[in-house]
Amino acid sequence: MFTDLPLLSLLIWLPVLGGLAVLLNGDNHWTRPLSLLVSVVTLLLSLGLYAGFDSATHQMQFVEQASWIATFNINYSLGIDGFSMPLIILTAFSTVIVVVAGWEVIQHKVSQYMAAFLIMAGLMIAVFAALDAILFYVFFEAMLIPLFLVIGIWGGPNRVYATIKFFLYTLFGSVFLLLALLYLHHVSGSFSILDFHDVSLSLQEQIYLFLAFLIAFAVKVPMWPVHTWLPDAHVEAPTGGSVILAAITLKIGGYGLLRFALPITPDASMALDWLVIGLSLTAVVYIGFVALAQSDLKKLIAYSSIAHMGFVTLGLFIIFRIFANDTGSSAAVLAVEGAMVQMISHGFIAAAMFLSVGVLYDRMHTREISAYGGVINTMPIFGGFAVFFAMANAGLPGTSGFVGEFMVILAAFNANFWFAFLAATTLILGAAYTLWMIKRVMFGEVENDNVAQLTDINRREFWMLASLAIIVLAIGLWPAPLTEVMHASVENLLSHVSQSKI
Amino acid sequence: MTFEVLNMSFALPEMFMLAMACIILLAVAFLGKNGASAAYGLSQLTLAVTAFLIYQSFGESGLTFDGTYIKDTFSDVLKFAICIINIAVLLYSTSYLKARDLFKGEYYVLAIFSTLGMMIMVSAAHFLTIYLGLELMSLCMYAMVAMHRDSMVSTEAAMKYFILGALASGMLLYGMSIIYGVTGSLEIATIAETIQSGGLDNTVLSFGIVFLVIGIGFKLGAVPFHMWLPDVYHGAPTAVTLFIATAPKIAAFAMAIRLLVDGLGDVQQHWQGMLIMLSVLSMILGNVVAIAQTNLKRMLAYSTISHVGFILLGILSGTQAGYAASMFYALVYALMSLGAFGMIILMSRQGFEADNIDDYKGLSSRNPWYALMMLILMFSMAGIPPLVGFYAKLTVIKSIVDINLMSVAIVAVLMSVIGAFYYLRIIKVMYFDKPIQQQQLQAPVDMKVMLSVNALSVFALGIFPGSLLAVCATVFS
Repeated sequence: MFTDLPLLSLLIWLPVLGGLAVLLNGDNHWTRPLSLLVSVVTLLLSLGLYAGFDSATHQMQFVEQASWIATFNINYSLGIDGFSMPLIILTAFSTVIVVVAGWEVIQHKVSQYMAAFLIMAGLMIAVFAALDAILFYVFFEAMLIPLFLVIGIWGGPNRVYATIKFFLYTLFGSVFLLLALLYLHHVSGSFSILDFHDVSLSLQEQIYLFLAFLIAFAVKVPMWPVHTWLPDAHVEAPTGGSVILAAITLKIGGYGLLRFALPITPDASMALDWLVIGLSLTAVVYIGFVALAQSDLKKLIAYSSIAHMGFVTLGLFIIFRIFANDTGSSAAVLAVEGAMVQMISHGFIAAAMFLSVGVLYDRMHTREISAYGGVINTMPIFGGFAVFFAMANAGLPGTSGFVGEFMVILAAFNANFWFAFLAATTLILGAAYTLWMIKRVMFGEVENDNVAQLTDINRREFWMLASLAIIVLAIGLWPAPLTEVMHASVENLLSHVSQSKI
Repeated sequence: MTFEVLNMSFALPEMFMLAMACIILLAVAFLGKNGASAAYGLSQLTLAVTAFLIYQSFGESGLTFDGTYIKDTFSDVLKFAICIINIAVLLYSTSYLKARDLFKGEYYVLAIFSTLGMMIMVSAAHFLTIYLGLELMSLCMYAMVAMHRDSMVSTEAAMKYFILGALASGMLLYGMSIIYGVTGSLEIATIAETIQSGGLDNTVLSFGIVFLVIGIGFKLGAVPFHMWLPDVYHGAPTAVTLFIATAPKIAAFAMAIRLLVDGLGDVQQHWQGMLIMLSVLSMILGNVVAIAQTNLKRMLAYSTISHVGFILLGILSGTQAGYAASMFYALVYALMSLGAFGMIILMSRQGFEADNIDDYKGLSSRNPWYALMMLILMFSMAGIPPLVGFYAKLTVIKSIVDINLMSVAIVAVLMSVIGAFYYLRIIKVMYFDKPIQQQQLQAPVDMKVMLSVNALSVFALGIFPGSLLAVCATVFS
């Protein structure tokens, strides 16, 4: 049934055009229902990808191809594999959540706010689906425009600084990606990403290309030490902006490493894996300590995001050490799948954490931890959710946060004991900063009058958080549906990466 | 002995324009007070008909006037673009001129003569033709800058422009005479043949090239020959700045191609290094100094300098694809610059120049549609996809990567990141700041429609850049 429809094009252009429709409709009582309708239809269509997905093959599926810029042989070519499909569904889901989250809070320029997120959803889905390098790059950068406006218009007091920093940081990273793509075209004569995978390159070339990829995607992930834009952007962004930043844009960094750096420059990835592993472990350990010291709720979660994304990059790059140790490919599969699961799971958990902060912020208009205390007394239902998501963030078994981290740590043992040891500190650090925050905000006596006057979450907020809680629990208890769809792609990636391209 | 029939039809658009320019001149002289409106109408008609004539004869090519004048697809495309852009320029200028008591027939007469000069430059196949076209174009523009007689700034700008422009013309002529001394010809095709057959004194030849490059650098506004540009852009009435900043850049680009590529293409190694320096310096200085500007016209002037640096990238690559990329960039730049200066005119009104960046504060609350148009133009100038400015940067950088000049390519991309900052600042002012004034726009409807079309075409070309890229690619193939 779905095979005849150009499903990916629909998924890209429906939210974009829907967003434009919302924008042209202006601010009236149709704005919110129309936005919700567009986002829900997008989500349902994206589930069609899951339904029609053949998890036995690593080949690109739902392929679409059309000539776009004939002069340079740039094509509108789309397709997904086991890496991109879950991320597309995550994007569509997060957009629904963002629309719901902004339902009452956003009163100023509602149509522009909703339109920005819908258009962004289309662009991000396109990033994951693009198989042409220039097409990828166009969407990769175009995505910055709505996010720039969202943070700048609806953000906090220091929003201008934060959004310009965010924009310039990511632009700085991505121009090197552009150079790398142009160079690869120069060598291969094509802009197809899959053709890039097969082109042979000397180690010297690969190292330059790899560094270009690393700059571009490390800024997105973000990896230490190019992470400093993230806490600023998160703190100033409105709740919806934080959710999209944490849930999707960070994943584009990880996805980019998977799609470009590893398969195109495997030898350089192997030669420089110490760099990425080092930066990842720094993110896990050092940023974990930094998170502990935060007094601002959003900043704390932002730093915890950086630490969690450290697992993604760690999982992707320990595979070379596992190959070297010759302990069989199953550990390498575990590492990459762990990284993927961590990306998806972090998408849900970080979104939930930011939404929880949003719930509090909407009521109290402060993010300072010290302004809270004993919230659970006045908001018992919300308190339950918040504690659950905090546990998931800390990696409690049974939640999705545990699965990804555990897989990566397990795989790391096959690479090097000390990698695993350092990575495992997150179990302590993560629990420390999350639970300490929960203790200060949620538990204890009611601190002040403001907290005493809090009202518990309404039905809209309840379902928003409940749906995330269900997914976090579902992936935590039964991750197999998720790992199954990516299995063939992971194996293909590993066999591709293990062959030298020199 | 062969007898060549002069094929006048190749220069029909120019001849038509010349005739019309004389008619407009007479109309202005005889109609007195009504002269300005008549001149405006007739100028628009002239440009439209000329564009149509060019379109009609599209594809025919050959030399005429004893080998001094050439008609090819390159000249057709550029002349067509010049006419179309000048139609929009005149449309934008009119309301501005009316509000400032500058609405006089002379503006249109000078504009049409200047356009004629540009068309002659584009179609030149002979050093003298190039020089004639250049002088016709420039002399008209000097006068236009000085049109606001009572303004000190305008007069100063006109003086600077005239003196430096004359100096540049002198340099160019000197370079031409040296090349003539070496090759024994002023015809571009003959020069190319002579160089190809070899045996010339390369030292003298490159000495001549230096002066040609200086002349081109002046006209384009490349560092270190850019000094006039910010002052003239800032000092001239905005309507004139708009005129200077758009079509003449296309003409200057054409001159660079005619001289360097058509004439001296075989000694590309002699001018490549010079252009690399001009280009890199322009990109760095233009982008860095633009950050410090508080006046939008000055900021756009420095941004022009940086765009010129990018245009030079394609030319210096020495490949057909690179020339096509530069041509695409020049056309796109003219379109974006048209929109940006058009916005300044749109926001201005009687007794008020909207040329300070602060004048745009809170535009998105006052006037969301035009804020969006300006947003499109600024992101396009910054080179952010999916707007057409991105493809312009992409193609020139691609041509540099393809000849393995990676260091220059890295400078180019880094400078485009720095450049993004000051364009973002305009967007920040429009979208994130509170408005400080609440006046409504006073522009006429035709201008509003044209500006929207202008900005939306920047967006549409960004989504479907293929056709324009294909046109540029076929010109150089």
